[in-house]
Formats: sequence, C-alpha cells, structure tokens
Amino acid sequence: MRRRDFIRTITAFGATACLGMAVPSTASASQARPKLTVYTYESFTADWGPGPQVKKAFEAQCGCELDFVSLTDGVALLNRLKIEGGRTRADVVLGLDTNLTSEARQTGIFAPAGIDTSAVSVPGGYKDDIFVPFDYGYFAIVYDTKAMPNPPKSLHDLVTGDPGQKIVIEDPRTSTPGLGLLLWIRSVYGDKSGEAWKSLSRRVLTVTPGWSEAYGLFTKGEAPMVLSYTTSPAYHLIEEKTDRYRAADFPEGEYLEIEVAGMTKHGSANPLSKQFLSFMISPAFQDVIPQTNWMFPAARLSKPIDPVFDQLVKPAKTLIFPADVVAKNRQAWIAEWLSAMSK
Amino acid sequence: MAVGDEQMNKARLPMRRRPLSASLAAGFAALAFLAVLAGVALIGLAWQAAGQGSGLVAAFDPYLWRVARFTLVEAGLSTLLSVVPAIAVAVALNALPRFRGRGLVLRLFALPLALPALVAVFGVTGVYGQHGWLAEIASVLGSPSPPDIYGLTGIIIAHVFFNLPLASRLFLTGLASVPAEYWRISSQLGMGPLARFRLIEWPAMRRAAGGVAALVFMLCATSFTVVLTLGGGPKATTLEVAIYQALHFDFDAGRAVALTAVQLFLTGITIALIGLAGRPSEEGFSIEVRSVREDRPPPVERTAASVLIAATTLFVLLPLASVLISGFSADLGKLLRQPAVWRAVTTSIVIGIIAGALSVALSLALVAARQAQARGNAGRRGRHGLEWLFASGAGLILVIPPIVIGAGWFVLAIRFADPYTLAPFMVVTVNAAMAMPFAVRVLRPAFDTAAARHDRLCAALGISGLSRLRLIDLPALGGPLAAAFAFSMALSLGDLGTIALFGSDRLVTLPFLLLQRMSSYRTSDAAGLALILAILSLALIAAADRSIVRERSQ
Repeated sequence: MRRRDFIRTITAFGATACLGMAVPSTASASQARPKLTVYTYESFTADWGPGPQVKKAFEAQCGCELDFVSLTDGVALLNRLKIEGGRTRADVVLGLDTNLTSEARQTGIFAPAGIDTSAVSVPGGYKDDIFVPFDYGYFAIVYDTKAMPNPPKSLHDLVTGDPGQKIVIEDPRTSTPGLGLLLWIRSVYGDKSGEAWKSLSRRVLTVTPGWSEAYGLFTKGEAPMVLSYTTSPAYHLIEEKTDRYRAADFPEGEYLEIEVAGMTKHGSANPLSKQFLSFMISPAFQDVIPQTNWMFPAARLSKPIDPVFDQLVKPAKTLIFPADVVAKNRQAWIAEWLSAMSK
Repeated sequence: MAVGDEQMNKARLPMRRRPLSASLAAGFAALAFLAVLAGVALIGLAWQAAGQGSGLVAAFDPYLWRVARFTLVEAGLSTLLSVVPAIAVAVALNALPRFRGRGLVLRLFALPLALPALVAVFGVTGVYGQHGWLAEIASVLGSPSPPDIYGLTGIIIAHVFFNLPLASRLFLTGLASVPAEYWRISSQLGMGPLARFRLIEWPAMRRAAGGVAALVFMLCATSFTVVLTLGGGPKATTLEVAIYQALHFDFDAGRAVALTAVQLFLTGITIALIGLAGRPSEEGFSIEVRSVREDRPPPVERTAASVLIAATTLFVLLPLASVLISGFSADLGKLLRQPAVWRAVTTSIVIGIIAGALSVALSLALVAARQAQARGNAGRRGRHGLEWLFASGAGLILVIPPIVIGAGWFVLAIRFADPYTLAPFMVVTVNAAMAMPFAVRVLRPAFDTAAARHDRLCAALGISGLSRLRLIDLPALGGPLAAAFAFSMALSLGDLGTIALFGSDRLVTLPFLLLQRMSSYRTSDAAGLALILAILSLALIAAADRSIVRERSQ
C-alpha cells in the first residue's frame, strides 16, 4: 500500500510541477507595466555595478519595468546573440565594445538607433548608425604594490618577466578585456604575437571567463597582477582611500575600449528601446558610470567628475584596430591564442 | 483429452501473446527514445560537419591535439594515482577485518560516488586551495604555501578523491572472495607480506584490476565538472570541456564537431577495453564488504595498514568536512530568503522528479522487454540479438557522453529555434538517459526474480498487460523502483554538463546557480548552496540504499 502511495505521489507531484512550470509565463504576460529587456554583462548588473541605479532612474522616468539579463562578459553577449539570432528577446544590448561592432552588425539583428547622439564625446570621435557609446576606458595591467614593488615597466617587461609573479587574465572568447589584451598584444607584436603569448602564458595564474571573476581573484590576493583598466585604481582611491593598487604605464601605449549599446530589430517595435538609448547618453545615466562601472563617461555629466580620474595613468599612445580588421581576424587570432596558451 | 488440450491451447495463445507484445512494444519505445536522443545528436553534428567543409579540417589544429593529449595524460595520471594506492588500501582493509569503525570507513568510501562533482570540487578547494585548510596550516607554521591547485594538480586531486575509495572497495571485494583457508595456510607457512601479496592477494585482485582501471580511466577522461571548475584556462582543458567551450564561448560548431569525433573515438576505445578486461564486479557498489581473513598479521603489518587506512580516511573525510563546516558557517538564513535560491531548488527537484520518473519508466520497459524476449527465446535459437539489445541498450548511452548529446541537439536546434527554449526538455531527457544504465542495473535482478515467481500464476489466472503491471509487478517491485528513482533523481540533481550548455537566466538549476556563485567568487553563498545540494543528493542516495537493503532482507 505504502509503495503504491509513493508512486502515486510522484506522479501527482510531477504533474503539478509541470503545470507549475507552465503557469508563470501566462501570469507575467498579463502584467500591466510595459517592459524593456536589456542584455548586458555581469559586472554591470552586480550590486555594486551601475545596474541597480540605472534601473531605478530609468523606471522613475518611463513608468515601465527594466529587466536586465546578464551574461558573463561582452563577448559572451555577442555569442548569445549569434545563437538566438532573430529570435532574441533582447530589446537593447548593452556592453559590446567597438572591437565587436562589426561582427554584431553582421548578425543582422540590430536596427539603427535613430536617436540624436550629438551629446556623445569619446576619443577618436566614434560615430555609428546602430551602436551608441556609453563609456570608454583603456586596458591596463593593474598591480598590487604590496605584493609587487617592481611592476613591469613595459608590455615587453610583462611578457618576458618572472614567471613566479602571476597575472590573472580574462578569456578572449567570452570577455572584452580578454579580447582587448589579445588585440593589444597583436598591435604591439604583430606576427610575433604567438611567441609573445607563449612567453606570457608562463605568468598566467588562470584565465577567467569574465572581468569580475578576474578582478575578484586579484583583490583576494591570488595574484599580484590583473588585466583591467587604467580607471580601476580610481575605485580603490575613492572607495577605499588607498593607492595600494595601481595601473602600470607602458611606453608601447594602452588599448582603447569604447563600450556601446544597440537596439535590436525586435526592440525597435518597443518605444522604450529608443527612450533607453537616449537616456543612456543623458546625465542621469552618465553620472552613475564613473563611480560604479569605473570607466570614463561617454557624454556630459551633471557635475564635474571626481578629480581622482585626472590623476590616473594617461596612455603614452592610444592603440585601437578598426572594427572590420578585428571582425576579419578575430577567430584566427583566438586560434593562435589557444594554441600558444595550451602549450 | 486431445480436444480439451487443443481448446486450452487456443484459449492460452492470445493470453500469452498479449503481455509479450505489450512489453516488447514498451521496450522498443524505450530503445527508440535512446536511439532518437543519441541519433539525432549525431545527425546534428554530422550535418554541421558537412556544412563546415574545409573548416572542419582546420579544426583539427594543434590546440585540438593538445586538448586530446591533456585528456589522456590527465586521465592516465588520475587512474594511476587512484588504482595503485587503492590496491594497497584494499590489502590494508583486508588485513584488519575487525576494527572499530571499519563499517563506517567503508560507508565513507561509498560517499564520494554519490556526491555531485561540483560539491566535491568545493570540498577539495576548501582543503587544498589557495585559501584552504592546508594553506592556513602552512601559513601558521611559516612554511611556504602549497602550490596552486588550478590545473592538472587540482583535477587529479579531485579525481583521486572520487576514484580511490571506489577502486579500494572494488579490490576489497576481490580479496573477500579468497577462501579463508588461504589466509590460514599462508600464516602457517610463515609467508611474509610480499610473498602473500604475490601469491594470494594480487592474483585475487588481478582479475578485477583491468576492469577497475578502465572504469576509472573512463570516468576521468569524461569528467566535465571537475575540469571545468579546476581547469584554469586552455592549458588544462579536456575534450569534454573544450566541446562545451567551442559552443558556449566561441559559437564554433566546426571545432565542436571535430572535438566530438575525437572524444567518441576515445570513449569507444575505452569501452572496448573495458569489454576486453571484463567489467569489475558490481558487488563493490553495495555497502557491506565482509572479509574472511581470520589470521592475525604481525604488528608491523597491522600498524602499516592502520596508518594507511587512517590517511586514506582523512583524505576522503577532509573535503566532506570542509563542505559541512563552510556550509554551516555560511549565512544559510540569508541564502534561503533569496527567491533565486528557491527557484533553483524547485527547478532542480522538478527536473529531478520528471527525469527520475522517465528514467525508471524507460528502464522498466527495457527490463520487461528483455525478460519477455528471454522467455520467448527460451529453448529457441536465433533472435538473441533483440534480447541483447534490450539488455545492453541503456549501457550504450555511456559511449556517448551527455555533453556530446547536448552539443548535437544544440547545433541542430540553432537552425530551427532558440536552443534555450529547448532547455527544460533537453535537461530532463539527457538526465533520464544518463541514469538509465544505473536504473536498469537496480531493476533487472528484482524484475527477473519476480517474473520467475509470478509468470505461471499470472498465466493461470489470466492476468496480463496493464492490470498485471498494476496488481502484480509494481507492488512486488516497489522497493527497487523507489531505489532506481531516487538514484536517477540524485544523478539528475548533480548534473552540470547539460545545464551548462543549455542553462540560461530562464532555467537555473541548483548546480548551475552554485557554479555561477562559485565563478563570481561569492564563496559564502557557494558554500551554503554546496551544502544544500550535498544534503539533497545524499538523502536520495540513502533512501535508494535503504530501499535496496529492505528489499533484500524481505
């Protein structure tokens, strides 16, 4: 008897569960407030990231619900869009960078932004009909002065230095900083990049899928160096009042990253998409960026930026590849990276 | 009389035929399920490969060969470091047949196999990681901290944690089959430990050794979770993880196909080797292993054996203790107030229940069909192929790792739909198929016994088909069915391979959430989740174990 009950209970439980799984979708469809779905990367939506403040500010002015879907990092965003194709639920995709825009355009799922972007001001004066910049920064090696009194003096120093002093880097297949370092090394070493990576791989503690994992490991003291941005020390200066963590200044120059957002064709039917893109380059959004995303704003703020941002490392040279060169070579360069890193 | 016989035969024919065809149909349905699941995946991959053309050849690049080499090296070393010490541990356990807590030690050795890999990884990092217990002790003592465990070291530690206890138990079973007289005679002859090992112990274990080694090699070569979490970059990547990364990181289907081809080749060869070496005795999976050794080995030997057993016990116990301690020191209250955690727990349980029920139903169909076919075949030649297919169909799924099935469906789904909408379906079916070899193993002996007991009675009473299933078979098989279900559900609960590929913000299971928290280094959250997952899995395994034991004692 008890065994029959057991089986019956399971069947009943299974059936209820199936129903239960089906119900929420119909429930949420009947919700009254209009909704905007934004795909972005994890460190944007983290508690300490810009996400929570941006959500609050935008929802206050749109009377809508802003729904973030977060992925590991920027390149993972592009991968997800390629997989979902025209079926994506995303109205807006926020967090690609200019290295990926050419490939993102080729997916054919983006629609022209169609908003006034005259407020945008970024190095090199980036202009595009689809993608709108929301911040920018320079990739840099950030080091812990306590663990590393003698930081690398150049990119060459970093590549050839003591293998006992480790660095945490991000995976170029998922993360924009990871891809950034790949392009940075490529723009300095050219065809000798494979050897440079082979040499650098001796110093790599681990390769993480996204920026937040790498920076987390670094601040926990797992490695004295991490691939991040020239702006990262500003966080420690402002929030922690310490200059323990600094960005290395390399004579070869630093690689520029401009982060952008774009509206999908699916999202172009939702009036909130355009409203969000305009909001994104307004002071309400931009004010949040420097001290949550720890990047330079791409448009005017309502008040002057914290002076700490003026004390940061200024690149001796700004490095950047045209987007179509990246699109053409990304897969081959990643294969080269995989090959060099797996030795 | 002659007329009466004929009438009886006429009356019996349809009665005998119907149950046969019903079970056969169910068996074919179960086989079809497996064939479709694996076949469609392979077709998807082949289709993708055909479309790839020269890109596929390019995918066989140095990286792929390095990944294949790492897989072999990693699995080879893990096997060596699990199996060789296991021989010594089994000899030690056999030399001390009656010490206090021996039963507990053997129970402990059965635990890692039941533990979700992710939980074990968490325990291993808690002990050997950069901030683990070992590093803390080292820093207190002022000695240099242990080397970092990301990469080969960590992978091997985790694999040895899983497989050393398993292999020890399997070898111990081999030793337990040695007749008691051998030990008495060996001590009467004054054999030293070396001679005894050479003449008695090794011959007893040698039969199992090949099978055990091949089994451990297979488990390590296809291990996904351990390598994904402890790998640390392209330097330490196995084929399974590289397949996942090719799809998930790169969206490079050509590379995924090439990697899958190499992976299938490798698992195919290993399975063939297991076939040649002979499968290890299944008794090793049961809890009780009795030793018949009655002689008392000399004190030196006893001390050495005690030290070895204590060290191994510590090795297995520490990671488990780390999971418990860090789990309970996590803010469980806060964790349980998070809706995301409850959603993940509910999702995991619902998926586990459906996958478990599906797995048990399909396994029962296979077992019943095999029995019906065997009955039909009794005394007849030919048609044994079908019986064999019903018997080992479920096992064939082991040749094709879940990640390959997932990858095949994934690349196929991309052409027609958003693969993430397939996620619940994929996770449930792959989990169900994955558990089938184990469910069949639990169900078959009980079913065959019950069939032998009830067949004639049912035929005489004319009970057949569904009513037989309801009235006779299900009540008789309650215990084994419950055990198979609990075991299947536990396997599904710990699965990361399929969910890593298909999981998204729309479908988050408990291991998936744990992986997310772990990889964003929210260690305290992860500790709590690992504990919840461990408790759920172990409770299910304990329930399965009890159902089996109760059944046997009846």
